[in-house]
Amino acid sequence: MSRHSTRKRQVHLAAHFPGVNNTTVWSDPASGSHIDPDSFVHFAQTAERGKFDFLFLAEGLRLREHAGRIYDLDVVGRPDTFTILAALAGVTTHLGLTGTINSTFNEPYEVARQFATLDHLSEGRAAWNVVTSWDAFTGENFRRGGFLAAEQRYERARSFLDTAFELFDSWRGDEVLADQATGQFLRAPGPGAFEHHDAHFDIAGHTTVPRSPQGRPVIFQAGDSEEGREFAAQHADAIFSRHGTLEEGRPFYADVKARLAKYGRERDELLVLPAATFVLGDTDAEAEELAREVRRAQVSGATAIVFLEQVWNRDLSAYDPDGPLPDVDPVVGEELISKGRASVRMYRDPLATAKAWRERAQAEGLSIRELMIEQTARQTFVGSPTTVADQIEHLVEAEAADGFILVPHITPAGLDPFVDRVVPILQERGVHRTDYEGTTLREHLGLRPLPVPSLLTTTVGAAGVSA
Amino acid sequence: MRPLHLAVALDGAGWHPAAWREPTARPRDLFTARYWTDLVREAEAGLLDLVTIEDALRLQSDDPRRPDERTDRVRGRLDAVLLAARLALVTRHIGLVPSATATHTEPFHPSKAIATLDHTTRGRAGVRVQVSLRPDEAAQFGRRPELAALATLAPGQTPPAALVEDVFDEGRDWVEVLRRLWDSWEDDAEIRDVATGRFIDADKLHTVDFTGPHFSVRGPSITQRPPQGQPLVAALSHVPVAHRFVARSADLGFLTPHDDDEARRLVAAVRDEREVQPAWPDGVGDQPLRLLGDVVVVLDETPGAAAERLARLDAAAGTALARTSDALVFAGTPAELADLALAWQHAGLDGLRLRPAVLPDDLHAITRTLVPELQRRGVFRTAYAERTLRERLRLPRPTNRYALSSTADTADREAAR
Repeated sequence: MSRHSTRKRQVHLAAHFPGVNNTTVWSDPASGSHIDPDSFVHFAQTAERGKFDFLFLAEGLRLREHAGRIYDLDVVGRPDTFTILAALAGVTTHLGLTGTINSTFNEPYEVARQFATLDHLSEGRAAWNVVTSWDAFTGENFRRGGFLAAEQRYERARSFLDTAFELFDSWRGDEVLADQATGQFLRAPGPGAFEHHDAHFDIAGHTTVPRSPQGRPVIFQAGDSEEGREFAAQHADAIFSRHGTLEEGRPFYADVKARLAKYGRERDELLVLPAATFVLGDTDAEAEELAREVRRAQVSGATAIVFLEQVWNRDLSAYDPDGPLPDVDPVVGEELISKGRASVRMYRDPLATAKAWRERAQAEGLSIRELMIEQTARQTFVGSPTTVADQIEHLVEAEAADGFILVPHITPAGLDPFVDRVVPILQERGVHRTDYEGTTLREHLGLRPLPVPSLLTTTVGAAGVSA
Repeated sequence: MRPLHLAVALDGAGWHPAAWREPTARPRDLFTARYWTDLVREAEAGLLDLVTIEDALRLQSDDPRRPDERTDRVRGRLDAVLLAARLALVTRHIGLVPSATATHTEPFHPSKAIATLDHTTRGRAGVRVQVSLRPDEAAQFGRRPELAALATLAPGQTPPAALVEDVFDEGRDWVEVLRRLWDSWEDDAEIRDVATGRFIDADKLHTVDFTGPHFSVRGPSITQRPPQGQPLVAALSHVPVAHRFVARSADLGFLTPHDDDEARRLVAAVRDEREVQPAWPDGVGDQPLRLLGDVVVVLDETPGAAAERLARLDAAAGTALARTSDALVFAGTPAELADLALAWQHAGLDGLRLRPAVLPDDLHAITRTLVPELQRRGVFRTAYAERTLRERLRLPRPTNRYALSSTADTADREAAR
């Protein structure tokens, strides 16, 4: 059977551990712990049972605040990314392990060492979602502080990633002989040498971790700006995007794939994987009903007011969430009522946003809470298992995505119905694997293996020494 | 009789530089999870209190300031904190204490990493803290020129005392920030109050507001308070400035005596510092400090066999380990090592941290011959009883420093109503 010519476009599936935002419905009686290891083990093993490509963990390095207080309406608290991923490597065998790690509040030497270690400990399943948050608010938790101007963050991220790549490549793969008979452990002294000098990093030395199974972690990028897209086209293996619908997904997909050529890359060297929420029912009608309930749980009256305050940037606690939008205008300024949220920076023009929202609320007769539900909580996939499978297959077929990073709303069992009911349909249709064919995450994603430096040259004399 | 505690220090192929050449060694597996899982499960089968995992932000070297030119020794290592994490869910009882370097690293990251290790192991985590005066480590971070400049010191010349003090002070601040961040969530901060829609009681999360010469950290942590409240902080000490660090900052100290008298002197030196400068500010009160003696072990039941094996290893390495080791190198029988353990316990130590010369041989000898010998004498456990590492070491779960003040605040608020 000629696999390459007849095989349908494959759907890549991944699972995002429910996050510290209002997508996660902690008030549901089925909702479990966000820190107990059992929650993470259950979630990871469910994803692996569904033959998913990887598990995804987000990260935020400062607890969110609203109106000067720690924000308490959503889940608060999460484990350290590297630690939990390394632990999960011990109770899974194939599942990729993707961690979000900030390039501003870390040093390349440490991060490269940690990812290379994770790749060893998982036998080639590590991935790094590079984020570039730079704000002074988060910086208060670090030596670095909030020193980075916004326009410099991608520049530093690029330099950080270039440096990290040099560190990953500092071991060529053939350094360790471990020849017990001759007593020669190393082929040559001083392996892992590196040197990097630029405006951001002026460092030199030796890395301690031998070349890892994948060579380096798979690289994810999540920013949506022009610079973010360019960064992804140049460096990333996959994009974690927000554009999960046909209308938004197709242009985004076309845009980032078109950017690859200028970096000498093929279209299949960068996967586009939007985040996607889902609600399943026995019938489409039942799923719609359930989805409505979930949205109301996700956007309580109090949450709706907070969302509104993020745009209005002022105290709106006197307003009735079941009433109309405020007549007063947003306060425009640098000092924001809400801190530590990526979404706040999306509202670049609050006056225009407020105007658009008022118009929509008026036209559709929506209360504050109803509008906020419409603006923020629409699930990506709603329907019977067959309907959801249809939607997913269609979006991938139409090149709106290469697959989806699913975000369940219940911790940790929210993924189970998808794996139990939708995955078998996708497998039946031949668009999702029935078993893992490879062992590394690169293989799951269909990415070619990276060249191993020691196999590229025939001479060994210059091993590990860079000028 | 106080209980005897036994830790094992794991490092590469073992503590003898020729260990990797032994027939049972697995030098090609040193960078695999399988190798470490086998070792730690063996230690757990032997009912040991905990394992430590060595680490450094540099390649191993016989030269303290730069990589050496050797090719005949193990070089390369994995990150110890991740390694401990990888072992968390495949072990059930043993304490996991990876090494971390305070110099150059952000305290915020290891604080949540060790907190997470504690959650993942349900209370079996600790961290062995070390500081760095290595110029090659400094050059890899590029932010401490005064440390990188130590590369130009003449051989035998020591770094300026003020710089050494500064690096240890930074280490003390680093531990202080870890502990504050572990306390920054009260144990019952998560309330999940559906009626009011609040997941946490925000009054039970606290900023830590640490300001020091090398870093300032606002807090609170992003990670919930660990099961032990504060995971164990451990440190190795040879010299007075480090004794002070152990006394001020650690729950568990590792010392390197070579005989009973020195054990007595070192214990006294650390305990004196503890009295001068209690590790626990903010009126939380004195906490016990456990001290273990470090010993490199070559162990064999046949009298004379261990010494013979050590001589063979030394010959293969080209140097006698006893000449370069900071800790006593013991070659003998399980009964002799048991005698030493009890003698040092009598001298004031709480037990030993054993450094197996060869892995897995000397680890097997510890778990399969030393432990039974100690059990026969009725001085070592015959089953794991305690749930957490702190309980095993008879260290109380620390009271949350912020909970005290917030209870007082609540009382004030209520009085004001």
